[in-house]
Amino acid sequence: MRFGVVRFPGSCDEVDALLACRRFADAELLWHGDADLGGVDAVVIPGGFSYGDYLRVGAIARFSPVMGAIGDFARSGGHVLGICNGFQVLCEAGLLPGALLPNTGLRFLCRQVEVEVVTADTPFTRACAPGDRLAIPVKHTSGRYYAPPQVLEGLQAHGQIILRYAPGDNPNGSVADIAAVSNGARNVMGLMPHPEHAVDPLTGSTDGGRLFESLARHVAERLAA
Amino acid sequence: MKARVLIHPKEGILDPQGQAVERALPALGFEGVREVRVGRLIELEIDDPARVPEMCERLLANPLIEDYEVQSDYEPRSRAK
Repeated sequence: MRFGVVRFPGSCDEVDALLACRRFADAELLWHGDADLGGVDAVVIPGGFSYGDYLRVGAIARFSPVMGAIGDFARSGGHVLGICNGFQVLCEAGLLPGALLPNTGLRFLCRQVEVEVVTADTPFTRACAPGDRLAIPVKHTSGRYYAPPQVLEGLQAHGQIILRYAPGDNPNGSVADIAAVSNGARNVMGLMPHPEHAVDPLTGSTDGGRLFESLARHVAERLAA
Repeated sequence: MKARVLIHPKEGILDPQGQAVERALPALGFEGVREVRVGRLIELEIDDPARVPEMCERLLANPLIEDYEVQSDYEPRSRAK
C-alpha cells in the first residue's frame, strides 16, 4: 500500500503528511505538474497555501494537471484525503460538497482542538468509534465550513459528517460544528484539522495517526482482496 | 473591451469583514450605516465580453458562496493628473 502526497507551489505540510503516511505504509511525493499519479493507492492533498491562495483558497490549484488525475482517481473509487488547504482544494474542485470561508473571527488560528468522531464506518475513521475524541491541531484563516441548508440536510442524512468540533470547541464558525466531511461514496474526505501534526507524542497527541492508520489498513485490505 | 466583475458574499452568508467595517464607521462619526458587505473587484480587458459570465461560474467566483455582477462597456474614470 503506497500513499501519494501532492506538492503544490505553496504547499507547506507535505513533508509532515509524508512522514505521517510512512508510519503506516509506503509514501512518496507527487508533483502538481504531473498528470499521472504514478500508480499510488491513495492520495493525500496536504495543507499550505497552494498558488498563494490567490483569488480564493484552493481556486487555482484545482486546475493543475495533478488535480485532473486525482478527479479521475476519485471518480473510479480511489481514496483521497484532503487536509486544510487540501480540503479547500477538494471543495473548489467539486469532489466534496460545500466551501470554506474566512473564520468568523477573521484571525489566523493555531491551536489544539478536540474533534468528535461522528461517523466511524468510513475508510478514514475505521480505527475509531463514534463519539471518540481526538486532539488534533488546527492552523488556518479560512476554515469556516459552509454548505447551503439543503446540502447540509443531505450530509446529515447520508452520514457524510465525519468529524465535528467538540461542543464549545468550534474555532472558526463552521456550520453544525463540522470539522470533516466526505463525498457520498465516502472515498473522499476533507478536514480542517491537521492529523499529520498529531502522530508523535513529542507534539502532544498521536490521535491524528488513527486517521492515517484507518486509511492505510482499509486500502491495503482492498488491494489484498 | 474592458469589463468589470463585482463579487460579493451571497445574501445570508455571514460576512465578518463587512461587520468589522460596519462597526468601525461609527467610531469615526459615520452614523446610520447598515448592511456593509465586503467583496472584490476584478477588471479585465477582453475580446468577447459575452464569455465573462462563464468565467465567473468556473473560476472568478464560487457560485455556492458568492454572487457576481458583470459590467462591460463601462467608462473607466480618468485618473486625476
